[in-house]
Amino acid sequence: MFRVTVDGAERWARTGQTAAAVLLAAGRASWRTTRGGRPRGIFCGIGVCHDCLVVVNGVPDVRACWRVVEAGDRIETQEGARLPCLPPETGAGTTPGAAREVTVPVVVVGAGPAGLAAALAAAGAGARVTLVDDGERPGGQFLRQAADGPARGAAVRAVQEHPRIAWLPGSTVWALEPGGGPPSGTQDRTDAGWTVHVLQGPADAPGRTAHTLRTAALVLCTGAYDRALPFPGWDLPGVVTAGAAQALAKGQRTAIGRRVVVSGTGPFLLPVASSLLTVGARVLGVYEAGSPAAWLRTPVAALRDGHAKLPELLTYAARLARHRVPYRTRQAVVAAHGRDRVEAVTVARLTPEWQISPGSERRIEDVDAVCVGYGFTPQLELALAAGCALRDNTWVAVGARQQTSVPGVYAAGEPTGIGGAALAAAEGELAGLAAAHWAEHRGDAAGWAPADVVARGPAARRRVLAGRRFARLLAAAHPVRDGWHTWLGEDTLVCRCEEVPYGVLRTAVGERGPDASDGLAADGMCTFKLTTRVGLGPCQGRICARNAAGLCGPGTLPDPQTADRRPIAQPVRLADLAAPGPEPRATTALDPTALDPGAPDPAAPYREDPT
Amino acid sequence: MRQGSPYPPPRPPYPDVVVVGSGIIGAACAEALTRRGVRVTVLDRAPLASGTTAHGEGNLLVSDKPPGPELDLALASSARWPRLLAELGEELGEELGTGLAERCEYETKGGLVVALGEAGARALAGFTAAQRAAGVTAREVGPHDVHAYEPHLAPGVRAAVHYPQDAQVQPVAAAAALLDAVRRRGGILRAGVRALGVERGPGGRVTALRTSAGTLPCGAVVNACGPWAGRFAGEAGAPLPVQPRRGLVLVTAPLPPGTVRHKVYDADYVGAVGSGDADLRTSTVVEATRGGTVLIGSSRERSGFEERFRVAVLRELARKATALFPVLGHVPVIRAYGGFRPYTPDHLPVIGPDPRLPGLWHATGHEGAGIGLAPATGELLAQLYAGEPPCLDPEPYRVARPGLAAEEARCSA
Repeated sequence: MFRVTVDGAERWARTGQTAAAVLLAAGRASWRTTRGGRPRGIFCGIGVCHDCLVVVNGVPDVRACWRVVEAGDRIETQEGARLPCLPPETGAGTTPGAAREVTVPVVVVGAGPAGLAAALAAAGAGARVTLVDDGERPGGQFLRQAADGPARGAAVRAVQEHPRIAWLPGSTVWALEPGGGPPSGTQDRTDAGWTVHVLQGPADAPGRTAHTLRTAALVLCTGAYDRALPFPGWDLPGVVTAGAAQALAKGQRTAIGRRVVVSGTGPFLLPVASSLLTVGARVLGVYEAGSPAAWLRTPVAALRDGHAKLPELLTYAARLARHRVPYRTRQAVVAAHGRDRVEAVTVARLTPEWQISPGSERRIEDVDAVCVGYGFTPQLELALAAGCALRDNTWVAVGARQQTSVPGVYAAGEPTGIGGAALAAAEGELAGLAAAHWAEHRGDAAGWAPADVVARGPAARRRVLAGRRFARLLAAAHPVRDGWHTWLGEDTLVCRCEEVPYGVLRTAVGERGPDASDGLAADGMCTFKLTTRVGLGPCQGRICARNAAGLCGPGTLPDPQTADRRPIAQPVRLADLAAPGPEPRATTALDPTALDPGAPDPAAPYREDPT
Repeated sequence: MRQGSPYPPPRPPYPDVVVVGSGIIGAACAEALTRRGVRVTVLDRAPLASGTTAHGEGNLLVSDKPPGPELDLALASSARWPRLLAELGEELGEELGTGLAERCEYETKGGLVVALGEAGARALAGFTAAQRAAGVTAREVGPHDVHAYEPHLAPGVRAAVHYPQDAQVQPVAAAAALLDAVRRRGGILRAGVRALGVERGPGGRVTALRTSAGTLPCGAVVNACGPWAGRFAGEAGAPLPVQPRRGLVLVTAPLPPGTVRHKVYDADYVGAVGSGDADLRTSTVVEATRGGTVLIGSSRERSGFEERFRVAVLRELARKATALFPVLGHVPVIRAYGGFRPYTPDHLPVIGPDPRLPGLWHATGHEGAGIGLAPATGELLAQLYAGEPPCLDPEPYRVARPGLAAEEARCSA
């Protein structure tokens, strides 16, 4: 235990505790005001939404949910936009040094189930691997654990102990660029490798340690985050994503509230409610907007491909039953009420299209937290920066070896589809094996059959195929229906950062109309964003872009994925960006004769996996 | 060039002019043509105004241009922008038109050019003297007064010049306003249609545009394809040496109002704009947007249509911006965006009819200044098309000029 200050008052903090957990423990639900004066606290809990910004040691715009506090840290409320205010002596101490440069055959980004499996498989196949993750410990969201206890889980321990795996904790990949990889003996543009830019140190702090990783193969296991649908009051402090509640419970042993309501769709609501119970919260109800009866339409397939998940789900269900937590289907939280934080919610019965059944609304009073989760949105920044093609404009398209459309780049886990930890791990194993092989025999796709894969590949592949069948069932059983549009009021914010209300979006859509040749479709996502300001704030549309595109009507915007193009994948302080970089290499693959970026690369050994 | 009245009776059942490209230049041309009663169709292969226009800063600058034809175009445009927005607002009527300039974020915030070194200060003094002679308002600001203009500017500024004519507009909103006017006047806008070439009739004149959605008969075609104008000109059979030059802009987290008040740039800006070096050139331009974010531009490099960034370019921009504004050092960058600008070997736009192919017109090659130069470009093109006396001498921008021909010969060799 050590001391920190919160707005001048001293507080005790534990090793590994985040600023958000310290603030919540101090009884604070909010610690920031928007430029419009609205109070905000934690929302996504995993560094995506930028709602929980706080000032730490004079530096504003620090994500409280990510920042692990250190002894003596000064945590202060952030009101509106603020300029940094550093005492002169610290200014000099935070001048960043030159990047540490490492050349390594395989880089795995993300240390959740997929990344752990990928790193272990690649290292097992003989490759040296660098594993990068934002967390202090490997595990990602699924295997998240408190930083001050013993490490649990075989894979979590194995990656930290493996002689060929270099584990970079507390590290964020903010950019990657083609070229600069280890020499391969040929001058082929497709095998010039990748340069991965990493900052390591306290989240959003100035002067973090820069690493430049030069690699032949890249495995992207960047995970996903909860999708939250807007509803009146969803931006009140105390309304959080299901993932935020889960991360606080698992990683910080902190309950988001004492009287909590869970709402959304999908089986993930059960473990969230279960985690809340383990940290002492009272769960007033779990409201599943969909109907799990959908699973019964294909009972054989559900049992065949999902049987591994049943015991886990039954454990959660049993715990909920033991605590007499009501579980209601076809109902959802459609409004949250309160002045400076949530105090009550309205729950309503939903029609099959998710409109509110008239007269079914009822208020639940004395609520201090609401957790919402309507499926997941994949983290695509790095895949898009690498130039990977997408499937359905939403997921990274991968082939049978988890290879993307870009040679040398592999993807595993949630960026390729949502199907649970077992599928992610199986994909990670395939990706790790393939990446190790690519690093060794670049471009030689035809000879792809090393002994390791002959032995392990088919089994992993079978698990992947079963996992994907289950993922399709999951997606079919828990769709998000358009009726949620009717929950919104004119003044309900859709974009939380720029505080853009639904009414403004409706006017924009109404002015243009949905006519394809002369309407919103012609304008596209870019114009839509720039004219309404949706998605232009600090979260860069991560929370709102998908919802805003949905409000325009399905398929109306021809290019919704342009909102996911974020070449700077994580915020970087300008001084860190200005730090001296490594010497550029001659192999940098910027080709002045490169033609249309839309043209397929004929050299790419890629075919989308029909499964 | 088309002679006589722009209203030839009887009118054929197809557009007089097809404008290829719906960026700010295409939009300005279409606006100026429809204002004269010309029937226009605007095509874009992508969503409207989503190319170069959507990836720039919205600079309306006179300060960075040495005396010459580009400055003439910039001065004419600078005077035209507020009038144009006011006219379009009036046309829309009181209810919709009020505050159009506001909605387009038109702001005459002024530019402040800063020299941090002695050499830059000397170059700046000579540069501004020549500009003043050409009609630019440029006021010297002493090193002791400069912090009254920009409180967060680095200490040790050697010289600074304030350019009150420099302004800013939100490019996509401005293009949308122009395209709305075209639509209102009966013009047709079609997105997602790619121009593939032209059909020629007897005498070699353009009779139709071939597109991905079929052949579109028309009286004339305006090539306003920006960085892709060279490609389309080639497909039409009249090669033009317009190439993409990439620019990158960094965007910071929202900052308090008044952190950066003007468009502030380094005196070395002029050097980069006037260079044909394919290697990276950067010079700092720092300015705040209405949303509170600060934009940091801009690099210029010729790397084809490569969309992926080089981190070295971002580093260079960040270094120069923090040298001007040390307070930005601990501010997060939340985004970087890049765009391709249409570059010509002699750094002048191409505006006017193509003598090699009657009925083909060009309005392109504005590099990073297209937003600022759009109104005068559209006006000039429409005047030439309608046979009106032009507001500017069109000679320097003509297609058949020596500065383009030399490069073209080299391209085809």
